[in-house]
Amino acid sequence: MERPSKPRRRTLVTGVIGVDTHIVGNRILSMALEKAGYKVVPLGALTPAEEFIKAAIETAADGVMVSSLYGQGELDCRGFRELCIEAGLDDILLYVGGNLVVGKQPWPDVEKRFLDMGFDRAFPPGTRTAEVIEKLDADFADRDSDHTSASR
Amino acid sequence: MNALLIDFGSTYTKLRAVTLDPLNIVASGQGPSTISTDVTEGMHAALNDLGTRMGALPKFDHRLACSSAAGGLRMVTVGLVRELTAEAARQAALGAGARLVGAFSQRLTAGDVADIQRLSPDIVLLAGGTDGGNSEVILHNAKALASARLICPVIVAGNRAAADDARAAMEAKGKTIVVTDNVMPEFGELNTEPARGAIRQVFIERIVHAKGIDRAAQLFDEVLMPTPTAVLEGARLLSEGYGSEPGLGPLMVVDVGGATTDVHSVASGEPNQAGVIRRGLPEPYMKRTVEGDLGMRHNARGILAEAGAKSIGAIAGIEPARVEAMVERIASDAVHLPADKEERALDFALGHAAVRISARRHAGTIETVYIVNGPVTVQRGKDLSGIGTIIGTGGVLAHADATANILRAALADEKEPLSLRPRQSRLLLDANYLLYAVGLLASVAPEEAVRLGKAHLEDVEEERGHGRNTISGG
Repeated sequence: MERPSKPRRRTLVTGVIGVDTHIVGNRILSMALEKAGYKVVPLGALTPAEEFIKAAIETAADGVMVSSLYGQGELDCRGFRELCIEAGLDDILLYVGGNLVVGKQPWPDVEKRFLDMGFDRAFPPGTRTAEVIEKLDADFADRDSDHTSASR
Repeated sequence: MNALLIDFGSTYTKLRAVTLDPLNIVASGQGPSTISTDVTEGMHAALNDLGTRMGALPKFDHRLACSSAAGGLRMVTVGLVRELTAEAARQAALGAGARLVGAFSQRLTAGDVADIQRLSPDIVLLAGGTDGGNSEVILHNAKALASARLICPVIVAGNRAAADDARAAMEAKGKTIVVTDNVMPEFGELNTEPARGAIRQVFIERIVHAKGIDRAAQLFDEVLMPTPTAVLEGARLLSEGYGSEPGLGPLMVVDVGGATTDVHSVASGEPNQAGVIRRGLPEPYMKRTVEGDLGMRHNARGILAEAGAKSIGAIAGIEPARVEAMVERIASDAVHLPADKEERALDFALGHAAVRISARRHAGTIETVYIVNGPVTVQRGKDLSGIGTIIGTGGVLAHADATANILRAALADEKEPLSLRPRQSRLLLDANYLLYAVGLLASVAPEEAVRLGKAHLEDVEEERGHGRNTISGG
């Protein structure tokens, strides 16, 4: 995979939010992100929203990847963007993915709910890691070109 | 071979003379702490005392000292996130034997800088950001400290990528800077050893002089470390053993003083049961906590505030109102020794509460979290439930009638099932105030130091039946 030749590796915080112990998918994602050239700060299972933010501050992270597998993601993720803004991380890239809600709900509805919460992207169960990385690369490339055009 | 082991304390200058072959404590001597006038006066008085006890003063092969005089090693720490690099910086300073007078996080405000100036610490430890992480805040703080009216050295132990700029900003304003490795190089990785080493180096090279201890330089070879570090080093050595002399295994030291209660643990603190999930910052293997509100004299009111007059009264067998009046009296008299049965009972109850509360604050906790497929156990802090030895030290323990009962307060309590304190431990008393001497002697004769410590710690649970026994006696 081609990586933009940035002097600094992009840093991503990963973890499973709330009282959720389903760590396997998150670990696979973290490994794939490392392999794709990202610096990963893995917080693991049972991570409160505040800990994602604190870790992102210390590591000057470029993005946070929130996993939720137990159906309560909507409750756990509510206010996540606001917490970031409160901590001065206004522009941080926020992704969320997993079994985000209980029951069979149409994905577009679920996706919209999480985008409305301030997540940049939401991913349904069964998403391939390659797809996530593709989106990440594209989003960061967009941001780079925005910054370049803004500074001209 | 023989050695003189010196502690320049806040109230007394204490001496222990030991011979290495055969290994023995020959004598102890004591003089007042005269650091505010001339440290040599107290040292001469202590040497005279020692000389009287020994007949004549021999020539010592080693004269090693530690110091907590002139307010101890007063430090301020600065980090970014309170629970992360700011906490790692605190742990590094405490582990280096510092008396923490201020702990700051995030961007220093003008008010924070004014506070730091007023505190006038001996050293500032500046951390912030993982390596390659946030550099903006540590640079902001470096510039704030650069412009502050501060003469003390600043140790930089933050984001590697920002260290040079931080140093340059502060050196440009004439500050003395030492750069060392990050206290948290990666997220969640605690790396306090380099900062501890840097603090100790600055202490030896500068603070000893700044405090005027080097006026007695012809009376000792070296001041090696702050006294709490000597105690912690002594504890580590006793735990691990050295050479052919086995150690005591994971242990805990509770030091009940007049102003503070210190707890040291030498143990990994990993969960004792399978399936426990750890959260929070990793814990130092050698951990020191200082409870600044729990002391037998200066901070007797703090013990009362935390434990309550009712609880202290119940243990001492004294009416709560009377407890309060008595505590008021001893709090203003730092060197007061209990004069009668009632005062001894009060000291017992205060000591008991100080040990119980400080051990609870030092040890980790578990909680049960209910998830979809059942309960899981989450641990924060160190699991000390498997620790086999608790060593008590400090005046109240040495003078008390029922040391074992005071020390037992450090053990796990059925009423506090979430606290990970030792379940059953051997209770030892450092009656001769020897731990600092073990820590100092370790620098020249570690194996002998282990043996000396083991030979002179008393097993207090056997004191009733057989008189006090030393632990290697059996």
